Formats: sequence, C-alpha cells, structure tokens
Amino acid sequence: MELNELYRDVILDHNRRPRNFGPLEAADASAEGFNPMCGDRLTLRLKLAGDRIEDIRFEGQGCAISTASASLMTEAVKGKTRAEALRLFGRVHGLLTDDAALGEDLGKLAALSGVREFPARVKCASLCWHTLSSALQSPASSTSPAVSTE
Amino acid sequence: MKNMALLDEIAPFDVLDVRRDFPVLARVVHGKPLTYLDNGASAQRPNAVIDAVDDYERRHHANIHRGVHTLSQEATALYEGARDRLVRFINARSRHELIFVRGTTEAINLVAQSYARPLLQAGDEVLITHLEHHANIVPWQILCGQTGARLVVAPMDERGEIHAEAVEALMGPRTRLFACAHVSNALGTVLPIRRLVAAAKSRGIATLIDGAQAVPHMAVDVQELDCDFYAFSGHKLFGPTGIGVLYGREALLERMPPWQGGGDMILAVSFEGTIYNSLPYKFEAGTPNISGTIGLGAAIDYLQSLDLHGARAHEHSLLDHATHTLSAIDGLRIIGTAGDKASLISFVVEGVHPHDLGTILDEDGIAIRTGHHCAMPVMEFFNVPATARASFAFYNTIEEVDRLAAAVARARAIFA
Repeated sequence: MELNELYRDVILDHNRRPRNFGPLEAADASAEGFNPMCGDRLTLRLKLAGDRIEDIRFEGQGCAISTASASLMTEAVKGKTRAEALRLFGRVHGLLTDDAALGEDLGKLAALSGVREFPARVKCASLCWHTLSSALQSPASSTSPAVSTE
Repeated sequence: MKNMALLDEIAPFDVLDVRRDFPVLARVVHGKPLTYLDNGASAQRPNAVIDAVDDYERRHHANIHRGVHTLSQEATALYEGARDRLVRFINARSRHELIFVRGTTEAINLVAQSYARPLLQAGDEVLITHLEHHANIVPWQILCGQTGARLVVAPMDERGEIHAEAVEALMGPRTRLFACAHVSNALGTVLPIRRLVAAAKSRGIATLIDGAQAVPHMAVDVQELDCDFYAFSGHKLFGPTGIGVLYGREALLERMPPWQGGGDMILAVSFEGTIYNSLPYKFEAGTPNISGTIGLGAAIDYLQSLDLHGARAHEHSLLDHATHTLSAIDGLRIIGTAGDKASLISFVVEGVHPHDLGTILDEDGIAIRTGHHCAMPVMEFFNVPATARASFAFYNTIEEVDRLAAAVARARAIFA
C-alpha cells in the first residue's frame, strides 16, 4: 500500500480545484449524499435534456477522496444518457472493489483505482456515485432521505 | 514500616518498563512501530488482564451463583472478587452500590429507564451539557419522548469549557436530573464536577456522571464527588470490552425497579409473582460477562501496582508536549482549549480533511481517531464536520508525540 497510489496527482488536483462545483439553477433532479460517521456530505444537481445529462454540478464538503471522486464523476457523466451513466457507475464500482477490474479506457476515473487498497475509504469514493444513481432513478422526489455508503 | 514496604513494592513510573506490560505495543503496522494514540476509543490490555482472562477460560469457567461444584464456586469467587476491587477503586460504600453492566452506555440507559422514567412527569426537565457524548444525550431524548419531560442543554464556551454558573442558572424547579461527562471525549475538557454536583444536590436534583473518559486519567472517589450515579467502561480502563460499571447510591438503587427481568435477579419466582434479589443482583439479570469482569478486576490490580502519581504526571507531560508541538504546525487548529484537560487533543488541519489525515497517519503506523467522536453537537458548535483526535495513555511516549507531529506535517505537505 502506497500513499501516492491513493493520493495521485489527479486526485489531489481535483480535491484542490473541484470541477463543476457550486449551485445549479433550475435543476431537474437532485439528491443528497451524507456519510455521518466521517462527515462527508454532498448535494448533486442535474439538468436533463430528455434522457441525457445536459449539466451536473455538486456542492458540499468532504475528504479529498470524496471531493475528487465527485469532481471526476461530474466530468465523466456530463453528456451521457441515464443508462450510460449507470453503466459507468457499475464499472467504477468494480474498479473500487474488485481486484480483477481494470481501469483501462475509464480515462481519468482510473485514478481512483488506488482506493481499492484502502478498504475504509471505498465508501468515500463511492458516495457521489450512489447519490447520482438516486438522483437519476427518482428525479422528481426531492424529499428522499440522504444516500449513505456507511 | 508499612509505608516503607509499600514504597518498596511500587517502582517509580518508567514508561519503557510499563510498555513491556502491553504486548500489542510491540507491533509493527505498515512496516513502522505501532504508535497507538486512540486510547480514548479503547485502551490496550496489559499481560495481567490477558492472563487473568486466559486463566479463567482455561481453568475456572462455569456459571456463577448457582452451582455447588468446584468450578462454579471458583468462578463466583473470581467474579465477586472483581466487584470488591472495583468497590475499593472508586470508593463506593459497599458492594450493593456497584452494578456490572456492558458499559457506560448501558449504565446510562439503566438509570434513564429504571430511575428516571417512573419519576418524571410531563413538563419536568433533564439537564445535560453541550459537550456530551451521544450516549449521554440519546437515552435522555428517549426518556423525554416517553414521559413528556424536556431536555435542557447547558451551554459551552468557545474553549470547550462548561461554566458552573451557566449550568446552575438552568437548574430550575422542574429539573429532576442533571447528567454530564466528567471528561469530554471529543475535547478533553475536565468539568467542574464537585461544584456541579453540589449545586444540583442543594436543589434536590439527582446527578449522573459519565466517567468513561475520566477513570483512565484520574482518581475517582464517588463519595467525595457525592454524585448519585457514576458510569464507566472497562475497555477504556485497560480491561476487556463488554463490561462496565454503574455506581449508584444505595438508597436510590433500593427504590428503583429492576431494569431487566430474568435469572440471577430473583429470589423466588411463581406465576403469581416474583421476589427480586437484593442489590446489586437486582440489576444483573442473566448470566453476566464473567470473563470480562475478571479481566476488569485484573486491570484494577494492575493499575494499583503502578506508580499512578508518576503515570498521571507523565500523561500531562504528553499533553503539554502535544499541545506545544502541534500548535507550531502551520494551519493546525486545536479544538478544545480548556484550562483543565485530560490527555487528549482534538485538532483540524487547514486543507487536510481529518479522514485523509487518518489514512496518511495509519501508513506511518499511527492510530488516531477521526470523525465526529459520537459528539455531533460539539462538531456543529465548532463548525467542523469532524476532527482528528490523539488520545494518550500513560504508556505513550514523547517520541510518539513527535512522530505524530512529523506525520501531520507530512500530510500537510501532500495537500499543499
């Protein structure tokens, strides 16, 4: 286990300067993610054009892994359809938890593969993806309880 | 002569000697010597405890209080012998006042349900403070839901101190019970317990002290404190998990109904009715944690074999050194700066989330706690999502504090 495998430059960069960070006016869908034990919290907002994610932004506070993961996710799913985004979630989930999963052709998301060696931190990296899944599956319900991966 | 003999037996405190009593401290984690600074969550066990539990399991195990055979008598003697040690350890008046429970949490729930619930009426008040552990908040919230009583919270200042005047101002005609920590688990603050208990007592208010973080660090004399209830856990006191103590004033325990029904807490049972056992057994239904209790008794023996005065002085030097060394790190903010603190230190580092800090320190073999420390109202007060907390025991060293500071500085460099 090497720390520089976990805190790769891409992760540190996205933690320092998260992309697509801030409010999103007139969002069509949103969801909250909250891991109360460690205090990671994010709000995800989406603008949908039919089935396609036209825009996505997030707000909140959390550790470097959760912040960078959310930032990378927003970049990766913008422009994708619901089904494509959920398929990507499945692949990222495999990358985080399954030894055999490879990060090839996942682009920058592959930077998260170091998390696998730190089991206590998988929940940090996956929080935003579970939150996205919730927002995509029940876009109308703004009253759903916060998603948690703890 | 007697004093001389005592002085001969107890060697002056030597941290390197004491460390050899704790086998886990020799461990290597990620290729580095273990630096265990999470004693506030759970302390490590000395050989004396491990051996006592092992000996019981290998040679003496049987159920207690109910067999005429040899093993049952031996197990009973070991279990009740541990009670005697704990009675002396906190200076309770008698064995009747010392109830074995699973831990501090169970002790507080027992008092809430057995003492307070029959007593409280709608509009009555339970008074706590802002720095309590969830275990000293939630049982009272449940109780208030059951009785219509109101939970009143005494304020804390920006240093994490509780001022007696502010608490006393909230002790009103409807206050039935005052419950507070002796030492804050999230901040280290030592509360002015004697004064708070005296103020409550003069107003006829019952008192419960959560001593989980106090007993490992200071002598506790329940008669001197004069509280009605005092609760603590064995595993923070170098004993096993799953065993703790509720001290209660005998007159109150006598009046309280049993909390759980079952074996051992009865004298006679028929379908028409049951005669309850006397104290302390009335509150110990079912087969208890026998090995854990014996282990806790052994922990008390171990502690009393140490130069505790020297151990406390050493802990204070650890806290002073940690406060000094960590404060010197740019961007580090200590959360909880009370004048009187036990040897734990909560902090946040600018630009480094506590969770990332915990992972980076672990790679250096350093175990600290990160998170909200089961004290979310404290985190909210200081406007932080979580803190990093290093909590020291007498077996920690100045060198370990330096290792902590160096690793924190390294973490800051990674995120700079």
